[in-house]
Formats: sequence, structure tokens, C-alpha cells
Amino acid sequence: MADSSFDVLIIGSGPGGYVTAIRASQLGFKTAIVERDYLGGICLNWGCIPTKALLRSAEIFHYFQHAKDYGLKANNVGYDAKGVVARSRAVSKRLNDGVGFLMKKNKVSVIWGEASIDAPGKVTVKASKSDAPKGALGAGSYRAKHIIIATGARPRVLPGIEPDKKLVWTYFEAMVPDRVPKSLLVIGSGAIGIEFASFYRTLGSEVTVVEVLPQILPVEDHDIQVFARKSFEKQGIKIHTNAKITKLDKKSDSVAATMEEGEKTQTITVERAISAVGVIGNIENLGLEKLGVKTDRGTIVVDEYNKTNVPGIHAIGDVSGPPMLAHKAEHEGVVCVEAIKGLHSHPMNKLMIPGCTYCSPQIASVGLTEQAAKEKKLDIRVGRFPFIGNGKAIALGEDQGLVKVIFDKKTGQLLGAHMVGAEVTELIQGYVVAMNLETTEEELMHTVFPHPTLSEMMKEAVLDAYGRVLNI
Amino acid sequence: MPTNILMPALSPTMEKGNVARWLKKEGDKIKSGDVIAEIETDKATMEYEAIEDGTLAKIVVPEGTQDVAVNSVIAVLAGEGEDVKAAASAAKGAPPQKATEKKAETVAAAPPSAAPRPQKPSPPTVEAVPATRGNRIFSSPLARRLAKEANIDLNPVQGSGPHGRIIARDIERAKSGKGLRAPSIAPALGAAIAPAMSDAQVRALFEDGSYELIPHDNMRRTIAQRLTASVQTIPHFYETMDCDIGRLTAAREEINAAAPKGKDGKPAYKLSVNDFVIKALAVALQRVPDANVSWTESGLLKHKHSDIGVAVALPGGLITPIVRHAETKSLSAISNEMRDLAARARERKLKPHEYQGGTSSVSNLGMYGIKDFTAVINPPQSTILAIGAGEERAVVRNGQLAAATIMSVTLSCDHRAIDGALGAELIREFKTLIENPVMMVV
Repeated sequence: MADSSFDVLIIGSGPGGYVTAIRASQLGFKTAIVERDYLGGICLNWGCIPTKALLRSAEIFHYFQHAKDYGLKANNVGYDAKGVVARSRAVSKRLNDGVGFLMKKNKVSVIWGEASIDAPGKVTVKASKSDAPKGALGAGSYRAKHIIIATGARPRVLPGIEPDKKLVWTYFEAMVPDRVPKSLLVIGSGAIGIEFASFYRTLGSEVTVVEVLPQILPVEDHDIQVFARKSFEKQGIKIHTNAKITKLDKKSDSVAATMEEGEKTQTITVERAISAVGVIGNIENLGLEKLGVKTDRGTIVVDEYNKTNVPGIHAIGDVSGPPMLAHKAEHEGVVCVEAIKGLHSHPMNKLMIPGCTYCSPQIASVGLTEQAAKEKKLDIRVGRFPFIGNGKAIALGEDQGLVKVIFDKKTGQLLGAHMVGAEVTELIQGYVVAMNLETTEEELMHTVFPHPTLSEMMKEAVLDAYGRVLNI
Repeated sequence: MPTNILMPALSPTMEKGNVARWLKKEGDKIKSGDVIAEIETDKATMEYEAIEDGTLAKIVVPEGTQDVAVNSVIAVLAGEGEDVKAAASAAKGAPPQKATEKKAETVAAAPPSAAPRPQKPSPPTVEAVPATRGNRIFSSPLARRLAKEANIDLNPVQGSGPHGRIIARDIERAKSGKGLRAPSIAPALGAAIAPAMSDAQVRALFEDGSYELIPHDNMRRTIAQRLTASVQTIPHFYETMDCDIGRLTAAREEINAAAPKGKDGKPAYKLSVNDFVIKALAVALQRVPDANVSWTESGLLKHKHSDIGVAVALPGGLITPIVRHAETKSLSAISNEMRDLAARARERKLKPHEYQGGTSSVSNLGMYGIKDFTAVINPPQSTILAIGAGEERAVVRNGQLAAATIMSVTLSCDHRAIDGALGAELIREFKTLIENPVMMVV
């Protein structure tokens, strides 16, 4: 009889769950993780990672198309949609296997199936439809002193635009197309919608993005929103803001979408549509109602150490509320088990969680936007620096972009940083580290940034905020 | 899962402790609340109670071990139904952390109220380390800027960031006077002070074999560190006053004679002169509230109560248990409380909260026949009253020579917080009260 009693049991093996399991094991807890479908969860299998693989193919294709700009010749450039998808799936498979290895290495028991909580300390796992990996424990009753819910989120479904998975896709279908549709409607302009819009546009689709709010990329700084919109429109993406899709009429191989834009109502006919109107927490079938675990608008209510209102039950990641990002889930999980262990872990500061969108141009940000800082009535200094003033950007052939920083005028605290342009997703963590160490403009100005790099723009933006910009 | 039993932090500033005695053996069943060990801190020996049920699987740190760092594993407890042997063997990989490894940094034990700090001035015992080393206060740039703007000194600010780093929120707290430490040795001062002679230099002055080396215990080290810090950082001045305690002596005899006797024939109380001194100082501080203060960089703490520390001599050291709110207590209550505190102090059984803090102190050497002396202020207090012997002296009254019982008292004041005239006011109030003990009762 396999062991069925644990110190920590985690439900869901996404980036939050599996990292939490490793940390729990490091802390000496006897740890188990329950998964019903894929080790690594959505992130590794149907989210962050496979989309990055798709976007990489699109990026290289884009470079091939512009070989001449670099003095190169590339004739008969094309793509094989099946090959692009196959590569993306192979990348996911490799990482999925990697999580299995990490669980084994850290002596975390994998339990295969659907978990529900009967009572604090008691979990029942029912067999799931998918095949269990080798060595996994099966359905049965399990006990654990501490239960951590890390069940993640799923695509939100809005009435009238329900995905049918054939003509109207969610991100699942959008990730494995058998061909690239001639025309595509993207409903929602958050990170998921914009990344698919960018991917399909680069591969030649006629892409239309519809956003109900006044700006695309609603969480980003206004300057970045405006800059990104111009770039996308220049690439040929049609963008409608303050617009709403009210109906999707599914034909045999196309969709007629009814769009209300102000007073106007019009119909857009496309081959395929993607519903990317956000995600909602997976809080169902866990037994939460029976246990009296508090939830609010589809997510579980937790305190700063991710405890729910029921002792012994914790929740981390998407299911415990926004921002719904893999790196937020990972860090929450670590803080959560460290708190269980009694270590003096600091709760996460949600203002310092960076966000990245891997469209072309890339977008990355952390902290307060200019509009948020003004709403808080903060006295601020803003610095900006365009890619066009950076030697490395010009050498790369990527001279379109912007770095923007926001400081508290009085204290010099870095309140926020916002970037659009090539490789900014790899740059943002410089500002994130700075914010976490509570640096002021002075230390940033005293820091030597290597030349020639895109990162020099980060210093220039700081200098600009204090009227000392050099290269523009 | 087996539970690690850790060296407890018995006071907020304790860095290490000694395992004085194990009261349980390996294999003993333990219930939560059982006393499993005695831990010796800087000034006291405290009982360590188990907080979980189980079996003592393994004693990792044997009794008598000194300087065990706080939070290092001292024993392993197997939970109910757990394999004791497995729990014991799991403990083997983790040797206890000896706090002495950090000797160069922190030779002295943490004083009860002055806090451990990475930037302590280098101890005089280490020759190679320059005195300026380790003066850095770890703080974030934003915290430094916020502190500068709010005119807050970083020295007393308690850091809540990683490794005690001072971060922005600590400054926000400090603005409202929270999260401040008691004054410790100011780094700048530490740098300016010439190091004392090294151990080797001292020993070289004496012939080998002409002395015996007595190792310091925690109490000795704490006294050395705290009083060095006091004298180096507090500008002391002294004021002496003669008090006629004739009426006090008479009143004391009368009161003691009137004490009701219990069943065992013992009187319910027996007041000492020192009990009157405690009460008189407590009331005097209430009458001169500006002298009932503690110095901090961000402002004076003006205390509402008179918490009077009383120096109790012990073999090899001393400790000052505190009579809290002494102004509100009757003489008999003070007397009985002091008797209990002193008895437990001699057994080193006081808890940290019984000897930390206080707003002033009394040090009485009258019983040794000392006429008058000066005492070193016990931070964070601002005053200490040194009491000499009550003795018959010739005095002149209205041009006539007369005999009177006189007690000389000397007040030491922290000049940062108290000026000469204010100190004089306090000691004059004290004199009025001690010479007219009836007024204390009002």
C-alpha cells in the first residue's frame, strides 16, 4: 500500500503548484502534488511556453521576409503551419517531462486524478480521463496537514460569443491550428489576445482586434498603449476599441461577428475568431462550498500568506486572484509554504510584479502607470527614452520602441517602468530588482550599464526624468 | 514529521544561549508544557517548555554547551506514532551552529535591551580588526532618503528587511516612534574611541602562572558591554545631596512594629530603608516628570510611570530587577515585591521582562558603609540614584552643633536628556520625601 499521508498536498501542478511542491520538499515537508491532465499545467502545456515557441517561429519568419534589410538573400520564404505547431508541442513536451523529473528528484509524490477536499486534512482523488505518468499514485483517499489549492484558471466564456472550438477558438485551439486562417477576429486585447493577433498577423492573416475598453492592453501605461497600437496598425492589424462583439453567427467555415462600436453596428466576416476575454479561477468541484471556503467573483479569498478562511487550506496563483501570472503564482507558493514552515517570509508586494507581453513589438512593465500614479495624487517625475536614440537598437534593426520611467518627485522612489520594443521582456527585471532594493534615481544614475546594449536606454530614461538625458 | 527543537530567543535581542541542563532524556515521553531544559541567557536561567507532544528522539546539543545560536537545532522531537529512531538519525546531519564562530563580530552577548547589530564596533579583544570595520548600517537608498527628509537617525531604527536591512516601511514606522531600538553604541563614536589593550598586551604585563584565567559568563560580558556603552555614549553628570533620615528611621521602626503577624508568627512586612528610597524616587519622578525620560534620537520618551530598577548584587555580577509603577504601590507591596525579585535574581531565575527597561534605578551600597559614590546609568534610563550609608554625623542647626542620621545620595544624570537644574529639582524632591516619609503616603 502506497503512502497516503503527507505534510503538504498541492492540488494542481502548474507553475505555482510544482514550484511550491519543490520548495515544500526543500523545507523537509513530505509533499504530494495532484494533477489531472498535464504536469506543468496550462503555462507549460497550453500557455506561456508553447505560445513563446509559436511567436519565435513567427519572429524568424519575419526576419526572413526582411532579409534584404540586412543585406541578406532569402528566396522562396514560407512556412509550414504543421511544422510550426509541431515545434511548439515538442517544446511543451520537453518541459512537461522536465517537471516529472523535478518531482522525482525532489521526492514529491505525484497523484493522478481530480482532487476534492472532504475536510481540512482530507482529500479524495478520483481517476481522471488522461493517462497517469509512470510512478504516479492513483485515485483514493489522502491525508495532508496542509492543503494548497493551485488549480489555476480557464478561459472566460461570455454569452453570445461562446467558443465552439472549431470556428470560435480559445487559446487551446488557437495554439494548434491545422492551417493559418485567411482572416481572424481576436476578441479581447489583453496579453493573450494581442500575442495571438501578433502571431497570426506575422504569418499573413487579416487580423481584427476588438476591445471593449477605450485602449488596447488595458493594464499598460497610456504612452505604451498608444505606441503599441500604432505599431500594430502599421503591421496591418485592424483595431477597434470601445467596441463590443455581441453575436457570433457560425457558418460552415466562417463566422459573422456583430460588432457594436458606439452608435454603429456592423458585421465582420472572418474565417476564425479567438475569444480572449480573460480567465476565471478554477474553483469548482473542490468541495469549497461545503467547507465554507470564502470565494469572491470566481477566485478564492486569501490573506497575505495565502491562507483561506479555513485553517489548513491555502490557495495560490490564478485561483487566488489577480494578477493571474505564472511568476506571481510561483512566488506566492514559496511564501505560502515558508509561512507554513514558520519562516519569516515577507508577503509579496503585488505592485512589484512585472508583466510581459510577447507580441511584436514586445511590451513589459512593472509598478504604477502614469495614470495610476496621478489617480493616487502622487507628485511624479516622468522620463522617456526612444529606441531610436540607442546604438544597439539601430544595429539590430529594431529602432522602434520606448522606455518610460516614473519616479516619486519627492523621494526619488522608482514607482513604475514601462517599455515597448525589441527584447524589453528581458530588460524589465533590471527595474524590478531596482524597485525591490528600494533604489532611488541616484543609484540608477550611478550604475554603469554596458555599452552597446539596449539596457542603456533604461539609464537614459532615468536621466531624462531628471533633465540629464544624453543621447537624444 | 519529526519536529526540531530550536534554541529559543528568550528575549527579542538574544543571539545565543547556553544549554544549562536537560531535564528530559532521549526516549522520554513529553507532553506540551513539560519543562525539557534549562537555557541560560545573558542574565537568567530560564525553563524551556515543550510546545508539542511526542518523544524526545535525540539531544543534539549536550548540556553545558555554551553559546548556541538562537534557532539552531538543540534536540529533535518525534511526533506521536513516529519512528523515534528515524527521527533521531534524521537529526544527525545538522550540527548545531556555534555562535562563537562569529566571535570576531560579536564577542559580547547581546545586552538585554541594546540590540545586536552588524555594525558593532570591533571588540577590543581583536587586534587585527580596525575599529572602523563593520560600522555600516544596512539600509535601502530609499530608506536613507526618507530618513534624511524626516530628520530621523538610522541608528536606533529596527530594520525589517532581509538580514535586518532598514527599508522604507521601517522609516514610516519610525516617524511615529515605532520600531526603534534602545540606544546602542553609536557607530561614529565607536570609530573614534581608541581600542582598549588587547588580551595579549594585558597578559604580557603579568608573569605566566601568576594568575588564574576565569572565563567570562554571559552576565559578565553583558555587564561589560552595557556599561562600556553607557559610559561611552551617555554624558554623565553627578549631583550629591545629604538627607537627614532621622524621621524615616523612626517611622520605619514604628511601621514595622505595627505589622500584623501571620499564623507562622512572621510579620506581614518588614520595610527596609531601601524600600523607602524606591518609593521616594518613584514619587519624586512623578513630581518632576521632565526627569522621567529616555533619550532616543528621534525624541525624548517621557514616561508616565516610575519603573524603578534596583541593583541586586550576585556572586560574579549584578542585575537590576524592576519595580513597575512604583509610585502607585504601597511601601509594603514594594517591600514584598523586592524580596521576591531579589530572591529570584540570586537564583538567576528572572524573566527578561522583569529586568529590562525601567525609567530610573537605585543602587544602594549603604550596607557596606560606603559614604557616597557615583553609579553608571543603565540605558535606556536617564538617571540612577546611588545611596550611601545612613550614619550619625555632626550637623549645624541654627548655629548649634547637633547629631543627626545623614544619608548621602548621588544622582547620575544623562545630560542629553536632563540638565543640571532639572536633576537638582529631582534630587531636592527626593530629599523632601525621604526626610518627611509621611508625604510619601499622600
